[in-house]
Amino acid sequence: MTPGVLDGRAEHLLRELAPQVLGAVIRRFRDFSSAEDAVQEALIAAALQWPREGVPDNPRGWLIQVASRRMTDYLRSDLARRRRETQAAAESGDVAPAAGLPEETGGDDTLILLFMCCHPALTPSSAIALTLRAVGGLTTAEIARAFLVPEATMAQRISRAKNSIKASGEPFRLPTSQERAQRLRAVLHVLYLIFNEGYTSSGGPQLQRLELSREAIRLTRAAHVLLPDDAEVAGLLALMLLTDARRAARTGPDGQLIPLPQQDRGLWDRQEISEGVALLTAVLSRGSVGAYQLQAAIAAVHDEAACAKDTDWPQILALYDLLKRMSDNPMVILNHAIAAAMVHGPARGLELLRALDSDARLAGHHRLDAVRAHLLEMAGDYQAAITHYRIAAGRTTSTPERNYLMLQAARLSENNQTTRPCSIFIHSSE
Amino acid sequence: MKYILMMHCPVNGYDAFGAWPKKDIEAHLAFMLGFNKALREAGEWVAGEGLASPREAKIVRAGQDGAPITDGVFPEAKEFLAGYWIIDVETPERAYALAARASAAPGPGGAPLNMPIEVRQVMSGPPEEFQ
Repeated sequence: MTPGVLDGRAEHLLRELAPQVLGAVIRRFRDFSSAEDAVQEALIAAALQWPREGVPDNPRGWLIQVASRRMTDYLRSDLARRRRETQAAAESGDVAPAAGLPEETGGDDTLILLFMCCHPALTPSSAIALTLRAVGGLTTAEIARAFLVPEATMAQRISRAKNSIKASGEPFRLPTSQERAQRLRAVLHVLYLIFNEGYTSSGGPQLQRLELSREAIRLTRAAHVLLPDDAEVAGLLALMLLTDARRAARTGPDGQLIPLPQQDRGLWDRQEISEGVALLTAVLSRGSVGAYQLQAAIAAVHDEAACAKDTDWPQILALYDLLKRMSDNPMVILNHAIAAAMVHGPARGLELLRALDSDARLAGHHRLDAVRAHLLEMAGDYQAAITHYRIAAGRTTSTPERNYLMLQAARLSENNQTTRPCSIFIHSSE
Repeated sequence: MKYILMMHCPVNGYDAFGAWPKKDIEAHLAFMLGFNKALREAGEWVAGEGLASPREAKIVRAGQDGAPITDGVFPEAKEFLAGYWIIDVETPERAYALAARASAAPGPGGAPLNMPIEVRQVMSGPPEEFQ
């Protein structure tokens, strides 16, 4: 909502209520796409009226009423349009709510909406946009700002996403038990992408865009409340908290990137770390371990080291071994190589990297060169390290990362003679 | 991921365009409007502008006192930026496909111009995934 107009508590309330209100309106009118527009208008109306007139006694009811009125307006104008077009208004003009679907609790509706917005028919960017609007209660303008695109473009993206969902014929209910696990994976992936978007900031020079990470944590927390027994939901929430905990230390005053070993650990958010560790401990004791839990565990090992040299690399290596067995993602293999280098020395890491040279998914990817540069530096081969830092700098599309890599190369070429123990892994767990 | 599509033309490109038959100019303009509209409707449009003729371009340098010293364009420069689009797409392939569509804008007689479109990624690094 409009910052500075609505106070923090009212804004939080509005955002919490957004998916519940949407669920109720869909149940009444059976039209996800229009209901979503109507709720968006109701949220904007609330953001304008509540600061002036105070938060109503029954805010949920207020929002449902305003959104329903909008729905009735849409139906009326739609009906009028069809009358004009066909002159055959067979429908007797009844725009009262249809018989509707049975009421359910708001919580279930939030979950149904998450599944819908992360529908596999959608591209990642449309699923992200729709989730932020329909479940997160953000306005199109806010989402557009976060992704640095014009509002009209974001509106088109959202409207196309809704059309795809309509075309898929997805009913407004939870997925069947057969498809549920797979659909939940898609939901977690979208939440993860939103977090990552906020954390690594794909948009321009600013390294972190706070709102998106915070929003991803809020939505994942909501999913965790609704699915307390799902270990991967808890694992993802833990991973986000344990990563987000380093936020303040991760960038310098001018947005420059500060790699993990050089971060001021005093700036790490202890509360987020303990919450993440507690979540993880509870879930790991249950047995089945998924990829998000493993990544969270790796983040926890970093977070628990009092200083960089106290990092328990053998444990991190063991966790990457497990993760590697679960996924053949080249980024995992790359991070595994770093851990191996930290435990067994740079030669071992470089040997593992050579296996990745023929991996088409990493061809031309800056990360492979960046890691190779670090390992070469660690091995004392400064000339080759400089070359690879420069190749990586030329290939990255992130400005802070490019600056960081260029400066690494410049530092090495200036004090080529100085031996500097290097454990500068910007990517070790990020 | 964001890309810039840059449309180049020779220094006399604008004059040549202005000398096309009326219906060819109209077809070209209609194509560009349609292309822009399609980008907006696809939710891929970030920005786009056409530039004034390179004949009006000035090369500016700071002089001794920092004051601007202007000069005409370099005669040896063969290609000038005529206009650009910034798009936000899911894949590089999509950016290339859109560039190819722009490249095939109709020229004299309605034949595709197949003009060169330079495609460059905007520094907006895609989120790294390790999942």
